[in-house]
Amino acid sequence: MSSIGDSLQESPARHLPRSPWLLAANQLRRNRGALIGLAVFLLLLTLTLLSPFITPYDPVKMSATDYLKAPSAAHPFGTDRYGRDILSRTLAGGRISLAVGLVSVVIAALGGTVLGAVAGYFGGLADGVIMRLVDVLLAFPGLLLALGIVALLGPGINNVILAVGISGVSGYARLVRSCVLAAREELYVEAARATGCHASRILWRHMLPNLVGPVIVLSTLDIAWAILTASSLSFLGLGAQPPTPEWGAMLNEGRGLLVEAPWLTIFPGLMIMLTVLSVNVFGDGLRDAVDPRMRG
Amino acid sequence: MLKYIVRRLMVSLVVLWGVSTLVFGMMHALPGDPVELMLSRSGGSAATIASIRQQLGLDLPLYVQYVRFLGNTLHGDLGRSISTGMKVTDMIASQFPATLELAGAGMLIALALGLTLGMIAALKHNSWVDNLCVVISVIGVSMPIFWLGLLLIQIFAAYLHWLPATGEGDLKHLLMPALVLGFSSAGSIARLLRATMLDVLGQDYMRTARAKGLSEKLVVLRHGARNALIPVVTMAGMQAGFLLGGTVVTETVFSRRGLGQLTINAILWKDFPVVQGAVLVIALVYVLVNLLVDLSYGLLDPRIRYE
Repeated sequence: MSSIGDSLQESPARHLPRSPWLLAANQLRRNRGALIGLAVFLLLLTLTLLSPFITPYDPVKMSATDYLKAPSAAHPFGTDRYGRDILSRTLAGGRISLAVGLVSVVIAALGGTVLGAVAGYFGGLADGVIMRLVDVLLAFPGLLLALGIVALLGPGINNVILAVGISGVSGYARLVRSCVLAAREELYVEAARATGCHASRILWRHMLPNLVGPVIVLSTLDIAWAILTASSLSFLGLGAQPPTPEWGAMLNEGRGLLVEAPWLTIFPGLMIMLTVLSVNVFGDGLRDAVDPRMRG
Repeated sequence: MLKYIVRRLMVSLVVLWGVSTLVFGMMHALPGDPVELMLSRSGGSAATIASIRQQLGLDLPLYVQYVRFLGNTLHGDLGRSISTGMKVTDMIASQFPATLELAGAGMLIALALGLTLGMIAALKHNSWVDNLCVVISVIGVSMPIFWLGLLLIQIFAAYLHWLPATGEGDLKHLLMPALVLGFSSAGSIARLLRATMLDVLGQDYMRTARAKGLSEKLVVLRHGARNALIPVVTMAGMQAGFLLGGTVVTETVFSRRGLGQLTINAILWKDFPVVQGAVLVIALVYVLVNLLVDLSYGLLDPRIRYE
């Protein structure tokens, strides 16, 4: 009896419309691959964030007695030509590599969202100018555009962040413009306009919440691209400068000693691949959960 | 069709004008004088700096420089290198074939590997073969190309001595760089083909084709693959940009000659006319490839009409 009573009491709640976020979270929860991806990424993030407290050695401190030591109990990832511990450098380098990836994606997402929203909402000249600029940016291969910007600004990690961020703007501008174009004709926007809302308020308060989903999905997938691009620039000697540990820069330092000390390149590269792999797998799951139509 | 081609060409020309303007603007937005920056290492005298500035036309007002730059670019003149004094077009012409060879070979590997993996994964859906293909594809898109390059050098050059680690000239020298460059794009192509092929395999016309008694091979290749290929062709066009950008890194890893090496050295030496020229040429190739991709849709799918 009690079970019938319980189910009768529960039934109205069951039929309540559920928020798309809740549906997406449920969908995501069922995707084992995406959850593993998220767990691995969070683990790597935690390890790199805690690196100042958990690294066994100072990542930039040289030691003449520990020159090019192979992996051992004292140095699980070995040491480099200056006697620096590779495990400590890999963990410390992760902070920089992940920060570069995350911050540059935030720059790209913010810049692209503002440009796309203005182009889509106001149309006309603003749309024409912004979208032609986006077309021009899209005419450059991503890495090459970032390379050109670093050439202009000069080598350095901050300039790499900016360069990767600017290179990613066009994707968000196109996505947000198409979303705003579709939303502009919706009843809620018309109603807000009829009540005398200012354009900036309509965009910020009414349209933005609907753009968050697609932008977050694209951002997640872009983190992988940003980490790869930024580490490529560092590998080319245009990003982090010695002695700062960064995964791409560490690979650049180790490539002259491929035969004598393969551990110099194996571990930082493995970390880049694990990070990008985990973000890609999670990003795919998130995309499928939020909007299966975006599946590509 | 002709009208569409002309319109598409016009759009490409406008984009290229925008690209050249942006490149010109970027190079001139640099704080300080490029010649002074360039000669700061060798410590050139004020007279030398003034003479080079005059030679390169950098003493002229910006709008004159811009008009001159556009006119010269249209005539195929990309200026002279600050460091060597050579014509930028000559420098690019001497390096471009090597880059084109590498990017072309990378694209062939990407298509061969990507189409095979994607097709097998779709046809063996939900099996261990499918899972294996998906894992290889995801690893492909997640692996930094410079790391893969270093790993392959360690295995095939340093330990097995099967392939040369660096240099160029024959197929043996090309194999590793092309594989490294193509592997990532292969992952992207395979993932997309698998998804579109799975979509196509469930369509009614596939069932009709089977009901007509066509062989499975014919059903899959003629009715399935042809329909699934359109998004893949778009992806391949986008991957051309990735491959062209990737040559910069690959040429560095394998110490190969090419446009990428030329660009990196020009950036490090602050030789801006060379950077400007190389970036423009790569963007031009990328725009042309995407134009060809757009025009190929009609061949793949006769339902697509160019209006």
